[in-house]
Amino acid sequence: MLYREAGQFKTSYAADQAIFPIVQDRWFVFALLLFAFLVVPFIADEYWLQAVIIPFLVFSMAAIGLNLLTGYAGQLSLGTGAFMAVGAYATYKLITAFPDLNVIVAFLIAGVIAAGVGFVFGVPSLRIKGFYLAVATLAAQFFLSWIFNKVPWFYNYSPSGTITMPPRTIFGVMVTGPEATAEVRYLVALTLVAVLALAAKNIVRGRIGRSWMAIRDMDIAAEIIGFRPMHTKLAAFAVSSFYCGVAGAMMLALWLGSAETEAFDINVSFQVLFMVIIGGLGSILGSFLGAAFITLVPVFLTNAPQLFGIAMATDTQKHLEVMIFGGLIVYILIVEPHGFARLWQIAKEKLRIWPFPH
Amino acid sequence: MELLNAVFIAPFVDMWEFPAFFVEVVITGLLTGVMYSLVALGFVLIFKASGVFNFAQGAMVLFAALTLVGLIEKGVPIWLALILTMVVMIALAFAVERLMLRPLVNQDHIILFMATIGLTFFLEGFGETLWGSNVKRLDIGIPNASFEIHGVLLHQFDLFAAATGAVLVAGLAIFFHKTPVGRALRAVADDHQAAMSVGISLKTIWIIVWSVAGIVAMVAGIMWGAKSGVQFSLSLIALKALPVLILGGFTSVPGAIVGGLIIGVGEKVAEIYWGPLVGGAIENWFAYMLALAFLLFRPQGLFGERIIERV
Repeated sequence: MLYREAGQFKTSYAADQAIFPIVQDRWFVFALLLFAFLVVPFIADEYWLQAVIIPFLVFSMAAIGLNLLTGYAGQLSLGTGAFMAVGAYATYKLITAFPDLNVIVAFLIAGVIAAGVGFVFGVPSLRIKGFYLAVATLAAQFFLSWIFNKVPWFYNYSPSGTITMPPRTIFGVMVTGPEATAEVRYLVALTLVAVLALAAKNIVRGRIGRSWMAIRDMDIAAEIIGFRPMHTKLAAFAVSSFYCGVAGAMMLALWLGSAETEAFDINVSFQVLFMVIIGGLGSILGSFLGAAFITLVPVFLTNAPQLFGIAMATDTQKHLEVMIFGGLIVYILIVEPHGFARLWQIAKEKLRIWPFPH
Repeated sequence: MELLNAVFIAPFVDMWEFPAFFVEVVITGLLTGVMYSLVALGFVLIFKASGVFNFAQGAMVLFAALTLVGLIEKGVPIWLALILTMVVMIALAFAVERLMLRPLVNQDHIILFMATIGLTFFLEGFGETLWGSNVKRLDIGIPNASFEIHGVLLHQFDLFAAATGAVLVAGLAIFFHKTPVGRALRAVADDHQAAMSVGISLKTIWIIVWSVAGIVAMVAGIMWGAKSGVQFSLSLIALKALPVLILGGFTSVPGAIVGGLIIGVGEKVAEIYWGPLVGGAIENWFAYMLALAFLLFRPQGLFGERIIERV
């Protein structure tokens, strides 16, 4: 009843091309954003923000980045963790070298640096495809984390080898460092994610996004009708790495506070890939849904035994968690190989014709 | 100038002046390469017959080794434990085919790939829940004495591993080329639809390749486990096998062997002669870089089938 688009006539091209052409969708997104900005900081406690919501935002950003590359441009990458590391280390170097630099600007520059690195590691994609490419991007993963470990310049010669975000303020409010409150960090992360997600949505609707999809669907045909594979693929790598770089910067500055290269290891790459695939390839909304799922499930699994009053040894529980997580992923892939985004679409269709079945 | 010397001249001078040491390094590399090949073989078998990039191969190695060690610790004699582990791996193949591959038939490759990563997590968790996560010693009674031939130090264990690898590869070659099942496997690898149309059952074939891959994983697990203890890091050698795969080509059994040997030697030589220049530990990424550089010239790998694309 509520979800009807009957009577909503488009009278201009602008209205027809709007991101959310249906009024209800528009209101829903506005309401969600308002809720996230105005209500969540007051109702969520420190634990929820730090352990669930901020990681969710960080990983949403990374998942959007990977989704642009894998879901839209069709280039399989297992190097997400490394590009996030580039973002994190670049932020750290920028912030410590230029203490007056605004943190947000530092994030964005770090993203650009990550984009440059992604560009370089995207070059093999011009020659190789599919799983060969995936394995080739693993080179980025191992090489970059080795470099960040071996060259002391990257961690400012600190004896422990960790990078720690110094405290910085924006408009007089502490946003990074140990004294920044979780609420402030949450709001900064939320703003970045909201703005960049909007940008991503617009990129994929436009000329660049369409050329990516053409390359994804059949690269030879796309080349024949005039898309340049080199420009398109490298642009995909650069933009995707930009998002991953910003995600890495957020991970360091707004979530962890201090990190080593282990925080960006191959498991992170796999996690982000899971988010993209379980959420739905080629869908910005799917990136959020996948990120929510993959960050929430481990939290749930860790707390589940206490909820149900089952006592077990911590290491057994850890192993069971891994096992259930793996099984769950296979199960979801079997039930809905196109991810949560597809489920959402089906739900919308059903809502439209409700109460009739067809 | 000094840098150029250190990179381009000094290592070769070293090799020339101490040939015995160089040969030793190469042989160590070759033997490590055999171990990589053993893992890579499992990947190739499954990829050839079902087009699935089975990331869980490393977890299967770990799982098989854990099962074997667990059984031996329970007091089961080694030969019986070997047979039981084999039975477990075949049962695993049945379960994977029934519960994972069949519902996912005809899905994108990437979906199947993700499913095998899910399987990886599952097997790692399952194996460690069953048998615990402590490092276990696997003693299968191979003496590890070392001896010298012309000043080159060799380990008996490594030779044994190489021999096992050779036997395994020969066995697989015979299996693939001489038996009816092997012929059916090759037919499926060539063309799924054509194979089905002449009455080859895909399901059976999948169960067979996953079983064979499971047994190969068991052999690899025994070798690695006897060398470095059975522990969680065993599942990480899958990552080492990946560059071997792209170097040799995903679809070629000889490619897996030659690729493994090249990577093994390249890695060891680079680590010993060039590693110290950049602070060592280059073993982690050198294989990938080597494979990557190689791919730029031959995108289908050393022995992979030529990639022909049509619109």
